[in-house]
Amino acid sequence: MREGAFGNATGLVCRECGHEIALGPHYACPECFGPLEIAYAFPEVTREQIEAGPRNIWRYKALLPVPDDIEQSPNMEPGFTRLLKAHNLGAALGIDNLWVKDDSTNPTNSFKDRVVACALSAAVEFHSKVFACPSTGNLANAVAAAGARAGIRTVVFIPSNLEKPKQVNSAVYTDSLVAVNGNYDDVNRLASEIAGEEEGWAFVNVNVRPFYAEGSKTLGYEIAEQLGWRLPDQIVIPVASGSQLTKVHKAFQELITLGLVEDKPYRVFGAQATGCSPVSVAYKAGVDAIRPVKPDTIAKSLAIGNPADGIYVLDICRQTGGAVEDVSDEEVREGILLLARNEGIFTETAGGTTVAVLRKLVESGQLDTTLDTVVINTGMGLKTLDAVSDRVGAAATIEPSYAAFTGSGVV
Amino acid sequence: MSVSVRIPTILRTYTDGSSEVDAGGATLAEVLDDLEAHHTGIRARILDDTGALRRFVNVYVGNDDVRFLDGLGTPTPDGTQISIIPAVAGG
Ligand SMILES: Cc1ncc(COP(=O)(O)O)c(C=O)c1O
Ligand SMILES: [Zn+2]
Repeated sequence: MREGAFGNATGLVCRECGHEIALGPHYACPECFGPLEIAYAFPEVTREQIEAGPRNIWRYKALLPVPDDIEQSPNMEPGFTRLLKAHNLGAALGIDNLWVKDDSTNPTNSFKDRVVACALSAAVEFHSKVFACPSTGNLANAVAAAGARAGIRTVVFIPSNLEKPKQVNSAVYTDSLVAVNGNYDDVNRLASEIAGEEEGWAFVNVNVRPFYAEGSKTLGYEIAEQLGWRLPDQIVIPVASGSQLTKVHKAFQELITLGLVEDKPYRVFGAQATGCSPVSVAYKAGVDAIRPVKPDTIAKSLAIGNPADGIYVLDICRQTGGAVEDVSDEEVREGILLLARNEGIFTETAGGTTVAVLRKLVESGQLDTTLDTVVINTGMGLKTLDAVSDRVGAAATIEPSYAAFTGSGVV
Repeated sequence: MSVSVRIPTILRTYTDGSSEVDAGGATLAEVLDDLEAHHTGIRARILDDTGALRRFVNVYVGNDDVRFLDGLGTPTPDGTQISIIPAVAGG
């Protein structure tokens, strides 16, 4: 390992029992199987230093497990996506101040480009031969593209019933897309077994997971910076494994600790689709253990039936005064149209889930409509066209004449 | 009755580096007892102080997560493949 390969990271620490080990391609605590996380010794970091950085996630490189020269190695340079004030959606839902963090504009059109960029840096520093992942789709797209650009071999594993556009979006970048007959949890298990046997494979969300997960923190940093170095009062985040939600919260905590934002309360809300809502079910039942489920929902990118970070999502949402809520597939479709027709943003089913949950939280009074609220759009609607293609289409089909138009009843 | 158990990397210190070992037992609990008899200390890594499966370990009997079956009471017929795998956040 070269000097400074992981920036200000000092080691891996178990989130459950605090056991510490050296930085390496490890993800499970040798004492208790708990998830390992990156520990840091942060130097003083100022807003000015960050603002002088590039307009991508590397502006926060001092807070990530990446080397200081990260910008020199070929990567997708994701991040610094737009934070849009959602005037129309806010008005439609009765929320005074609402913003959409639109991560569908990342290089492969989901927030996964962030996590993959950090995982790629680790894989390169570990001299990995193969860059790989099990995926519900978006991650495979991001890994395949980032590997192509970095010149490292990629192998990506997906459930064989995945949306066609997500399959194509991986297969254009790699000749090693492996479709597995099973659901995501089966694919994940297979990847974990391969990771245990093959030398030199960096599975971004398995053996280099601690590095990967840190990438999601940049969503939290950006939201705070784009709000003028201020935390939102409420934030709604989709939950599959729960990693993203957990890391956005970690980001907010770090910003407070580093004195980059004022310490204040904020509420974190998790969003799931009812057909795969193990975390929401546990939240509503008031229990701490999460019962795995077999997913059945159109929100395939969120279809993880056994979410390892689910218990942390429960803790964070409860502690901050937030909640976890779930919506039906029909509501997911309505959520997609609600965002598209009010803000001109075409989100995929994960974003439809998040927007629909936002609406449900308003209707049930769980969300305070007078507080500043951010909703994260994590992915792009063109990847899940089928979800809405039966719901929308031409309002009329007419002959090319003015009379035909006026008679059509469209206006 | 004999089953084969796949051992994750972090537990291979207990099996002299073997990635797969044979064990006996009619249920998962019995298989873990037998594993412990031959590889002292391994059971306490898989089960917590109350004797329940640790939160971050997944055990599969055949292709099924035992949390969908009978947990530690899950039957382990002759020839079954058992896998012990750390739980990971997905993507
Ligand atoms: C578009 C999209 N949003 C959200 C998520 C959920 O992420 P996490 O597994 O970190 O909870 C995923 C995961 O695959 C995704 O693809
Ligand atoms: Zn531990």
